[in-house]
Amino acid sequence: MPNQSIITFKDVVKEYDDQPILNHVDFEIEKGKFYTLLGPSGCGKTTILRLIAGFTDATSGEIYLDGKKVNDIPANKRKVNTVFQDYALFPHMNVFDNVAFGLSIKKMAQQKIVEKVKEVLKMVQLSGYENREISEMSGGQRQRVAIARALANEPEVLLLDEPLSALDLKLRTEMQYELRALQRRLGITFIFVTHDQEEALAMSDEIFVINKGHIVQSGTPVDIYDEPINRFVADFIGESNIVKGNMMDDYRVKFVGKEFECVDAGMRENEAVEIVLRPEDLEITAVEKGKLKVKVDTQLFRGVHYEIVCSDTDQNEWVIHSTKKAKIGAEVGLYFNPEDIHVMRFNETEEEFDARLEAYEEE
Amino acid sequence: MTTKKSKLFYFIPYSMWILLFVIAPILLIIYQSFFDVSGHFTFANYQTYFSSGTYLQMTISSVWYAFLITLFTFLVSYPTAYLLSKTKHKQLWLLLIILPTWINLLLKAYAFIGIFSSNGNVNGFLEFIGIGSKQILFTDVSFLFVATYIEIPFMILPIFNAVEEINPSYISASTDLGANAWQTFRRVIFPLTLNGVKSGVQAVFIPSLSLFMLTRLIGGNRVITLGTAIEQHFLVTQNWGMGSTIGVVLIAAMVIIMLLTGEKKKRGRKMK
Ligand SMILES: Nc1ncnc2c1ncn2[C@@H]1O[C@H](COP(=O)(O)OP(=O)(O)OP(=O)(O)O)[C@@H](O)[C@H]1O
Ligand SMILES: [Mg+2]
Repeated sequence: MPNQSIITFKDVVKEYDDQPILNHVDFEIEKGKFYTLLGPSGCGKTTILRLIAGFTDATSGEIYLDGKKVNDIPANKRKVNTVFQDYALFPHMNVFDNVAFGLSIKKMAQQKIVEKVKEVLKMVQLSGYENREISEMSGGQRQRVAIARALANEPEVLLLDEPLSALDLKLRTEMQYELRALQRRLGITFIFVTHDQEEALAMSDEIFVINKGHIVQSGTPVDIYDEPINRFVADFIGESNIVKGNMMDDYRVKFVGKEFECVDAGMRENEAVEIVLRPEDLEITAVEKGKLKVKVDTQLFRGVHYEIVCSDTDQNEWVIHSTKKAKIGAEVGLYFNPEDIHVMRFNETEEEFDARLEAYEEE
Repeated sequence: MTTKKSKLFYFIPYSMWILLFVIAPILLIIYQSFFDVSGHFTFANYQTYFSSGTYLQMTISSVWYAFLITLFTFLVSYPTAYLLSKTKHKQLWLLLIILPTWINLLLKAYAFIGIFSSNGNVNGFLEFIGIGSKQILFTDVSFLFVATYIEIPFMILPIFNAVEEINPSYISASTDLGANAWQTFRRVIFPLTLNGVKSGVQAVFIPSLSLFMLTRLIGGNRVITLGTAIEQHFLVTQNWGMGSTIGVVLIAAMVIIMLLTGEKKKRGRKMK
């Protein structure tokens, strides 16, 4: 069962009114994993879901579900179900009828429908809510009804379009845990859309970072966080300090006028690059112990940490997350390890990036 | 405090209108219905109404024609409203459909007399294709046809609005759950437009009960409805008491229709 791809996009292009919305999208989705499509508003996340579900047709390219080409198969014949962004629960039906909708379309026997509805409502912890009207349910409960309605059909793939965005922070965190646990328990494939990077990092097996109709980078949360392929990903996933630099040699990089040891290699000599340093990897020390010398400008208490903004003599801004307080106006040193320096090349595609990573990691 | 007062102030013209032109006339009609031709208080009018076969038959025929008109109007209007909501320039199309309602009813009736008369356009066409001239005017069919034609916009409008209000993701959701186009229509779209249909039925059925101009001009008095009867009593036989009695019955019928088709305040209609 593992490593069997359940959804494949081959060179899929989608245009609306001759405007390209998806540009040559290729990906494979494996059975039983939790995938997240992450990207800014309007980048094409919903469009990808709509293509998988069959609500819209690809302009060109091929879409496979479970090894079968489905470009010409209508939405009601595909074994995927969707949890819509606005839930789209039928307002003229109660909870039971909503959840039973797909089953009664399939002409399942009434007795079996009752059992199945009971089972899925229990799964989403809504036992006993069968006779409630949709308007009598809270936002979080509606969301669960929407999930139950989709799950009742036993789909192989569940598509979730920003299902948590309407919930408040606490409920949202709770639902993140519940969704993840549900996916593990059922073992079906989830494709989850969000533009919240923390949500993506917390929940996913794999993240596809999308920008302007392209998949910019795909990988596990840790991979993407630690090795962002370019400035867009680095900026989008977590907070970053990004500065310009030059690759002097393998494992030697120069930025803000100094040379540092790093763990990246496989680039041209003196190639212009961008450097990412994550705020939580930077450590404030005495000036003489630091690799960089900066001045503390502002400081903000964020609950778990202080967000300290410093600047160096070249007017680069450095954001640091620290559990210790700093003194505003003080000159301090910044310390970081070679592996904290992430080097990004300009215009490197994901394949080139992966190939380079593999090449020098084998050495 | 001031806002409450000013709200009350804005309410004055409306309540005056209601009082003078709705409540007062109804009370007058009810009052009038208890007097006979010579001005004596009596229950005889109601007795006559409910015991004489003529009036009951008239009532049944009124209801029957109103039902037919409503039915035909619905059969034409629902698909039209539905397709209309899918077209590109829907506002323009809607305007074209509403436009005829701005023309006076009598004018339209006379236009149809011209079209349906023995040397009108329709008969001209029938002769041209070799069927030959037919009596069209003053038949039930022409009465139903014209009445339906006149009522259609009043049915299309509320249905169109109801279709427009449906969140498109309900349709996606239905398809997603395996329903084909017909199942989606029957189980999602139609139930969600039911309130529009009810408003349309109200807007058509109730006026159709008391149509009297068309019954004469197009129906040639073959179709006698309660509306015709009221007109006759007030203008010809001068039996205002009996005319008012029929009026009261009509009002009662309307109230019943309103109650039957009225929105049962079902919780959970709207969720946005
Ligand atoms: N039916 C349509 N007709 C024309 N353009 C469309 C249509 N649907 C989507 N688009 C365009 O396609 C682009 C991608 O839309 P999509 O809904 O996939 O974005 P998204 O990534 O889901 O954004 P969000 O996070 O805001 O939901 C947008 O620029 C949008 O304007
Ligand atoms: Mg979207």
